[in-house]
This record gives sequence, structure tokens and C-alpha cells, in this order.
Amino acid sequence: MTPRTLYEKIWDTHVVARQGDGTCLIYIDRHLVHEVTSPQAFEGLRAAGRRVRRPDLTLAVPDHNVPTTRRTDAAGNRLPITDPASAAQLAALDANARDFGVRYIPDGAAAQGIVHVVGPEQGFTLPGTTVVCGDSHTAAHGALGALAFGIGTSEVEHVLATQTLRLTPAKTMEVRVDGALGFGVSAKDLILAIIGTIGAAGGNGHVIEYRGEAIRALSMEGRLTVANMSIEAGARSGLIAPDETTFAYLKGRPMAPTGADWDKMVAWWQTLATDEGACFDKSVMIDASTIAPTVTWGTSPEDTAPIDGVIPDPDSFDDPAKRVAAAQSLAYMGLSAGTRMADVAIEHVFIGSCTNSRIEDLRAAAAVVGTRHIHAGIKQALVVPGSGLVKRQAEAEGLDRIFIDAGFEWREPGCSMCLSMNPDRVPPGERCASTSNRNFQGRQGPGARTHLVSPAMAAAAAVSGRLTDVRELMA
Amino acid sequence: MSGVTRITGRACPLGLANVDTDMIIAADHLKTTVRTGLGQYAFEGLRAAGSVLDDPAYAGAPILIAGANFGCGSSREHAVWAMMDRGFSAVIAPGYSDIFAGNAFKNGLVAVELPQAAIDQLMVGAPDSEIMVDLDSMTVKRGNLSFDFTLDPFRRQCLIEGLDEIAITLRDDPAIAAYEAKAPALGWSMGSAFAV
Ligand code: SF4
Repeated sequence: MTPRTLYEKIWDTHVVARQGDGTCLIYIDRHLVHEVTSPQAFEGLRAAGRRVRRPDLTLAVPDHNVPTTRRTDAAGNRLPITDPASAAQLAALDANARDFGVRYIPDGAAAQGIVHVVGPEQGFTLPGTTVVCGDSHTAAHGALGALAFGIGTSEVEHVLATQTLRLTPAKTMEVRVDGALGFGVSAKDLILAIIGTIGAAGGNGHVIEYRGEAIRALSMEGRLTVANMSIEAGARSGLIAPDETTFAYLKGRPMAPTGADWDKMVAWWQTLATDEGACFDKSVMIDASTIAPTVTWGTSPEDTAPIDGVIPDPDSFDDPAKRVAAAQSLAYMGLSAGTRMADVAIEHVFIGSCTNSRIEDLRAAAAVVGTRHIHAGIKQALVVPGSGLVKRQAEAEGLDRIFIDAGFEWREPGCSMCLSMNPDRVPPGERCASTSNRNFQGRQGPGARTHLVSPAMAAAAAVSGRLTDVRELMA
Repeated sequence: MSGVTRITGRACPLGLANVDTDMIIAADHLKTTVRTGLGQYAFEGLRAAGSVLDDPAYAGAPILIAGANFGCGSSREHAVWAMMDRGFSAVIAPGYSDIFAGNAFKNGLVAVELPQAAIDQLMVGAPDSEIMVDLDSMTVKRGNLSFDFTLDPFRRQCLIEGLDEIAITLRDDPAIAAYEAKAPALGWSMGSAFAV
């Protein structure tokens, strides 16, 4: 049999029908639904008199709009959501989830959180499955060896109605990271460096498989961070082959198989890894030991620099379009070429988002904070756990005290300042060190200036009031 | 969805590369439960900074010319709804993010891919000269300029006939049911308890 990649194996396993034109009808095993991209899809079903084909394979959870301030009063009553538009979307999800009978974790449940944190945490996401969600960071689930990708609202409706999608096969790209990450360098630095290398459109049309020693050495949390940002490299999705780390992470999760089913599934999952000799359409090799803690200076995730580097001169780019874009980025960011990254002063810090809001992220940030206090120049520093369960775990470990004592705000789970659909936002012209995944113009609020960093680097920026090489604080 | 074969009219020469979905429609405007009324917010940030999008010469132009990697970023279909609500029926660019291209197609927004060299030629020219995007001959024409493009045949047929893709897929229902009976990832029953 011809050697196949992980992607090809999952694809082949999910073909329901091959159409004459090269597209395939692909079965979808897991569908995550949130409040922003689903109301129109459910409306479409109602209008056409259609049902959700597999409510048991569909999991709805609100995250984008939910406030991250306290949601109950002193007596334990739910507080109303003040923004009427947010409240309407949340109410629509609630009604749709109940009317169509899909699995549902409502706002206020302990397990509620960001869809991409909740899916793996509940064992809803499994290796070898196809996972979709009306959200571009669905690629995160690829960390468990699931073929996972973001879809638009019409596709959400299509999956709800048919449990399938009509797709053309993607091209395959291997990103092989050999060697070991250095002291103070995390999965976030790794993925930022990868995007800096291949570019924001470098993965267009491809599914990336992350391979090599440095990837194998990552924890599940670290792998989720890497796969999460595949979309920032333009890829359809990212994949990491399931292995013992994956199985250990999943075992015992509420929706994961148990007993004989578990053994059967593990046996199948073990066959999924890319075969020796399988071909990728494109290969990129990266040496992990060359990567420093990495930050972004511009308004595209490809605008990366090592923390000990300087802001590049737009004229230094070969591509004329990139020269224009870089100049526009720097104007928006209020920065000039040649400035040392470590000299950039920060006013806001955001630790959260589906990229970096898991327990390990919070531990890494808290370890850097220690007994320090946030810098006087910091106006707001938020820590937003990715789910209620992450929050509870962090509190059991006393991480909340470390953050609160240092001057951080300890919030309720949600997307928060990652895209500022709820009240959390960075004011115009102000600068934020953020553990989220997008530094687009206005992403964290109109005029907001975002520097993407790892959790440890965000903590370092919080305590020193500027972008800081976390290795100096850890020494 | 009604079918479309030919789009003729002025083309707004935006030309910018990496126009992301946040630029097309900011997150602030995603809190809607309907598909309509988003046109007023389309490209808000770009327009606030002064843009050809507000040049009266292109008022009501049905075609947008853009640079590489158009629609990158989020999966929000609101970007397509906002563009269509603003009056665009077609975009011409050297390339699109995969999700945007899919969303555009599902809503009947014709996303045509032409090489950068062709875009460069279309970017210059009198504002009052009309462009024609023709799905029949698969060409973009302006005056004596003519560029061929390609489009997935299924998508082309759906666009021209205005077909409902869900109805087409539901014709395959027996195949879907047969698949479900043997699917490896569905071979056990998922626990229903949430960790609380
Ligand atoms: S945390 Fe940010 S990127 Fe992740 S799902 Fe929420 S809004 Fe999207």
C-alpha cells in the first residue's frame, strides 16, 4: 500500500461519497457550536423545516460574548448581561441548543469555556476524528490528531443538516522542528517563529503536519497552542500525530471512550501516524534551538522578531507589497524601525484566549510573576482562564492568589480581550502584550496595538512595564 | 439563492493585500442574529482612514478589486454578508483565504482569482469603464483587456443555477447513513456527562 500521511489517512476514513468533480462528501464526527456564528444557521434550518441530523455529535457552548466579570451577585443569582446585542446572541444559542436538542454547556455551568479549550478538555475531540466549528481557530483540535477546521455559517448549517461537508482535498505540508527548545522558550514562541518563517499565507491550501523531536516533546497544552495558530499561517488546519502524550491526556475525560472501547480506539489511533516514506507537497525544517522568546511588532502574525532583536526597516523586505504593509503596520503600531523590541513600553497585559489559557499557560505565567507586582505603568492586566475547569484547577493550586496579589484581575472564562466582543478591550492607541493569536488592526478594540507573546513573556511584560526577555527574570 | 451568470459594472480598485476579515467587518458588528443590514459597517476602519471605497466615482460598484490573500483571518461569514449588503457581487483578487472563498461561494458572491499582473492592469484605468465578470466564458473583460479564470465546476454550476447545496447533499442521504453504520470514530457511544 502506498505510504500515506496522517492527513490522508483521516481523509480516506471519512469519505462518504466521491463526486465526479474531485470533491468529496466528508463525514463530520464532532461539531462545536458557539453563539456568534450559529444563529443564522439555526434560522436556516427552521426556515427549511430541517432538523439537526446528529445532535449527539454536536456540542454548543457560549464563549465569545460572555462577560468575564463576576456573573453572579453576592446571593448567587445570575447577573443580567448588559449589552443587549450580546444578550440576544446568548439567548439565541440557549433557545437553539434546547429546541434542536444538541449537547449544551450553558453559560454558568462549571465546564463552560472557550470552545477550543472545552472540546479537548471534555474528551469531545478525539484522534482520527473530523472536527469543525464556525471559528477559524478550530485547527487547535489538530493537536490531538483530529482533522479540525474552521467553517463559515452556511457550512455550519450544512453540517447541522447533513453531518457532512463537501470538500476538496488539501495539499500537505510538513513543518519539522528538530532539536530542543531553549530555556524560557515555549510552544507559543515556536509557533510565532514558524509563522514568521513561512509567512501569514505560507500554508494556504495546505494542512500542516507538525513533526520532529521538538513537537513530540511538547505537552498537550503546548501542542494545542501550536496547532491553534495554523490558521495564522494561512493553513486549512494543523495536525500532530497522536501518541502516548495524547492518550494520557484523554484517558478518563468525560466524553472519551472507556474500557474495551478505549483499548479499541487506542489501537486504531496508533495506526494513524504518517507512514515512513509518505510524501508531503511541501516541507519546512526548523531548528528549535535557534528560537528565542518571540514577539510581534506589526499587524500580521508573520511580523515576528526575537525579543533580543529590533524592529525591522520596512525597506529591508524584498517584496514591495510587504514593504508597504510593514510601513503601514509600524504607523498603526506607533513604532519605528530600529527600536529594540525590549524597549517597547506596554500598558495592558492579556493572558487568555484559546491559544494560551490552559492550566499550563497559567502556571508558566504565575511562575514568572512569583512575588513580583505589576509595573506602575500597567493600566490593566487580565488573566482569563479558558474554562471554568481551568479556573477551578488554578484556584486549587493558588495561582489566582499569585495573580491577584501582583495586581492582575482574575476573571471568569471566555474569549474576552482576544477579540473584544465583550466589554474587555484595549483603548485606542494603547499597547497590549497579549497571549492571543491575532494582532490585526483593531482586533483588541478600535485602534488597539497588540504584541503577541507567550504567557511567560506576558507576565514578564506585566512586571516590567515593557516587552522583556523572560529569560532575564528567570535567571 | 438566485443564480448569476454575468456581473457587469464599475470595479472599485482597492488593490490592498491581506485584507483580513476584521477589516471587512469588525467584531463589534458580529452580534447579530440575522444576515442582513451589515453593509453600512463594511470596511469601516479602511473608510475611516480615507479610502477609494468612498470615492463617489465607485459608488454602487458591484465589483471589488483587491490584493493577495483577501479575506484572511476569521471564519466570519459576516464578512461576505457585509460586502454583499454593500452592493458587491464579485471580487477579483490574486488569492483568497480558503474559508472566505467557501463563504463567498455559499452566498453567491463570485470570487475570481486572477494573477497579480492582471490585477495590476485592472487597477489602472478610468473609473467609468465597466468590467464584466462572465461565468459562461470564464473571463474578466474590460475594453480590449480579457483574462481567463478557472472555477471549480461544482461551484460554477451552483453559482449559475443558484442551487441550495444542502438539498444537493441530502440526495446522498443513503450514503451518509451507510457511512454512519461503519464509521470508526462513531463505533462507541460518547459519554454524556460533563465534568462539573
Ligand atoms: S479566544 Fe479568540 S481566537 Fe479563540 S475562539 Fe475566542 S475569539 Fe476566537
